[in-house]
Amino acid sequence: MTELTELGVKAIRDGVAAGDFTAREVAEAHNVAVAAAGELNAFIVTTPDHALAAAEKVDADRAAGKQLGAMAGVPIGMKDLFATQGVQTTAASHILEGFTPEYESTVSQNLWNAGAGMLGKLNLDQFAMGSSNETSYFGNVISPWRRKGADGFGGNADLAPGGSSGGSSAVVAARIAPAATGTDTGGSIRQPAAFTGICGIKPTYGRCSRWGVVAFASSLDQAGPMARSVEDCAIMLGAMAGFDPKDSTSLDLPVPEWEANLSADLRGKKVGIPKEYRMEGTDPEILESWERGKEWLRDAGAEVVDISLPHTKYALPAYYIIAPAEASSNLARYDGVRYGLRELPNGAGLQDMYAATRAEGFGDEVKRRILIGTYVLSAGFYDAYYNQAQRVRTLIARDFEKAWAQCDVILAPTTPTAAFALGDKMDDPLAMYLNDVFAVPASLAGLPAMSVPAMLNGEGLPLGLQLIGKAFDEQGVLNAGLAIQQRAGFDAKPEKWW
Amino acid sequence: MVTGAETMSTYRIQGATGEWEVVIGLEVHAQVTSNAKLFSGASTAFGAEPNTQVSLIDAAMPGMLPVPNRECIRQAVRTGMAIEAEINRWSRFDRKNYFYADLPQGYQISQLYHPLVGEGQLLIEADEKAGISQDKVIGIERIHVEQDAGKLMHDQHPTMSYVDLNRCGVALMEIVSRPDMRSPAEAGAYVRKLRTILRYVGSCDGNMEEGSMRADVNVSVRRPGEEFGTRTETKNVNSVRFVMQTIEHEARRQVDLIEDGGTVVQETRLFDPNTGTTRSMRSKEDAHDYRYFPDPDLLPLELDDAFLEECRASLPELPDAKRARYVGELGLSDYNAAVLTAEVETFARFETLLAETAKRLGKGEKDVATQVANWSLSVAPGVMNALGDEANPAHATAEAQAVILQMQAAGEISGGQAKEIFEIVLKTGREPAEIAETEGLKQQSDTGAIEAEIDKVLAANADKVEEYRGGKDKLFGFFVGQTMKAMQGKANPAVVNELLKAKLG
Repeated sequence: MTELTELGVKAIRDGVAAGDFTAREVAEAHNVAVAAAGELNAFIVTTPDHALAAAEKVDADRAAGKQLGAMAGVPIGMKDLFATQGVQTTAASHILEGFTPEYESTVSQNLWNAGAGMLGKLNLDQFAMGSSNETSYFGNVISPWRRKGADGFGGNADLAPGGSSGGSSAVVAARIAPAATGTDTGGSIRQPAAFTGICGIKPTYGRCSRWGVVAFASSLDQAGPMARSVEDCAIMLGAMAGFDPKDSTSLDLPVPEWEANLSADLRGKKVGIPKEYRMEGTDPEILESWERGKEWLRDAGAEVVDISLPHTKYALPAYYIIAPAEASSNLARYDGVRYGLRELPNGAGLQDMYAATRAEGFGDEVKRRILIGTYVLSAGFYDAYYNQAQRVRTLIARDFEKAWAQCDVILAPTTPTAAFALGDKMDDPLAMYLNDVFAVPASLAGLPAMSVPAMLNGEGLPLGLQLIGKAFDEQGVLNAGLAIQQRAGFDAKPEKWW
Repeated sequence: MVTGAETMSTYRIQGATGEWEVVIGLEVHAQVTSNAKLFSGASTAFGAEPNTQVSLIDAAMPGMLPVPNRECIRQAVRTGMAIEAEINRWSRFDRKNYFYADLPQGYQISQLYHPLVGEGQLLIEADEKAGISQDKVIGIERIHVEQDAGKLMHDQHPTMSYVDLNRCGVALMEIVSRPDMRSPAEAGAYVRKLRTILRYVGSCDGNMEEGSMRADVNVSVRRPGEEFGTRTETKNVNSVRFVMQTIEHEARRQVDLIEDGGTVVQETRLFDPNTGTTRSMRSKEDAHDYRYFPDPDLLPLELDDAFLEECRASLPELPDAKRARYVGELGLSDYNAAVLTAEVETFARFETLLAETAKRLGKGEKDVATQVANWSLSVAPGVMNALGDEANPAHATAEAQAVILQMQAAGEISGGQAKEIFEIVLKTGREPAEIAETEGLKQQSDTGAIEAEIDKVLAANADKVEEYRGGKDKLFGFFVGQTMKAMQGKANPAVVNELLKAKLG
């Protein structure tokens, strides 16, 4: 049955529909892979029964001749930021350990409605704050990838799967799940996808409902799919997206037929190359992948044009003001009063309980961001930091608006480097934050952006290319991604060591 | 009429060193009348079991998001229109961040930077007895909408406090006045008038006992005409009387403090209804830094023409307009108009009875308004009060009362009989016409019967008739009295008068 775990979303869906195999067989094969992958520490909890129940329903529906959903028979991993009814939901934080929601997030419900099943809740950076999956209370996720040693043997250093959707990237790359949900606040889908040689798309802000997703930074948080092909991303995004009256920021627009409209023919399209993304210190191999990307898109018929996004260098600082500011407020609800962890030292009053609970419950990175966010919103600093950052955000959005006069989609690297070793950057938050330098501008502007694998570097690690599109134009992003996918011929996968 | 700063108030605090003037501004929190909370679908009914009206959003469960309740916004907009305020077509919600056990989100969703309603005003009427010498316009700075907090219960457990989240997330309007009031009476009149307007509009039930309306009272003192002094803010005062007491106490305290060489510190204070005094809650130094910022879960609130048009069209006639109409069109006295328009229930009863009476009599409302007003304000309440618990107010239908007024206007019953009939109506719910018939509560208008009695009276008092005809006009009353007596008081006085005049020549 191992070959079933090699199949992607489309192949499983079509195979189940055609009767080549049953959904139950698919779920069982993946449950076995999940059970065997403990070393990756990618799951916080596994839910084999959920996957089986969903599969059985699909098989029964098929037998009854019912119409099958877009994700029928596809078992997926669910980032543990999505509330799942009856299944522990932690955001990888001690403060929510043991919390079992009585409700299902809109996005996960949409996926179940489309016939998907859940293999388990995936590990992530705590409250999605991190770029290496090292801030989880439940331990690091270890990338399935290993460096190719100079001696031709695999290097042994454990690598970061990226973050915050590190559990998602790890299981999809390792063929433990054909796809997984991710969330992207400042690159948390695209960076881990790039690090692990898979695809991931963050749609336009508002495409996927945030209802039931544990909030990090509300104005930036956006869910999206992570899978091994552009087609699979298109299918799964179609199942996840849709207007939700329970989310005031949800887009009240019909969900386009992304899968049906996939086309790698880019004739007549212009691809913008932003000169500001050519930053000092960017890995030469990253630059090389970028050059290849241009060639591939030209080959697909697109015209490549130079563009300028002049405020790019202010994006990261603005992001690290806005996101922590929102987080400091969003995370105030974890106070030990109603759910989750409560630390009540002897004789403690209310304030003592808050302090003890939050000191014990939040990890260092979360605390760091709460402190930053509290600081930038404080009286006397608000204008200089928060308001200034919002102005920068407006300028960045305007940069993109101007760029769309010259091009239809933007091509850039996803990350400045390939995956780094776990532990490498944990002592240097700024170096860690720099990982998101190419990802953050699209987040601030709320634009759809995707990472697709381009090539392996000299160490045998994947490098990703990023495509950024106009608001609501996920199709343009997917199509350009498809053109790259077809030409890059990326079929590398991690050697199984776990 | 005077506005804002050009105050003519003569209210002064007599200090040891001279006279002081008090300056008052009020922030009134009014609970919006709506079945559902501001950002969740949970019910808002008062008095339910603790934590039975709490949605996932109110409890701030992870991943929950607020969605504005259109009805709450509509009510706040209508309130703004009722105080002639500028309605901001673009407003925004901000988060006010602080930790407390009654605030599950860790922030209150409010509107600091861009409130829904801008500058407006409200008229308080002259009231000589209260020392308000003339009508005065009080400026209103803004109205914004925000979430209420839950409630802590400290008396349920020896060592722990319990939290009831039923009220959590209920919509409030915060109505912020200008510092335009200069006496406790003006502040009291302002709160009463505001309450009246809210109740007219239907945007708040104005029930201060249940906490539907409460005021933060800002008080400072100064030498008349000088710059404003430092103010204190006394929180959550929940009756008109307490608002006035707070001001009296706070003004006196500040004057004494200053005259003793001290300075007033800007601080938040609490009012103690048991002692009528205020005490310090926290000073400015301890004030929270609320870290306001725009709520990223919510889009700016944009109101379109159709929405605003509906809000305006749905406004009822407002108190000032109604009062003016009662005087100008219905011909009522200023006093009667003021009393009849003060409460929604009062004018509603009056207008129903007025319409019913006019219809029965086939007259215009203005032709019967004075009769109906007098009945409504003095006759009917007098009968009700006298009966006390014996009266069943449910029997006091507009129809029954209109029938009584109709019979009275037609001369079938006297004023005294009207009261007697109404008394029986209140006790029993019987039909007024049937009562008049059965109980013999009708006056005689039959000229024949009355004439017969008059003839007897005149015959028996031939000497008085002579005197009357000799010019002793005052005896007319004597003949009337004798005739009425002979008729056991049931003769129609108008008919008696007419017939007597004719007979006496």
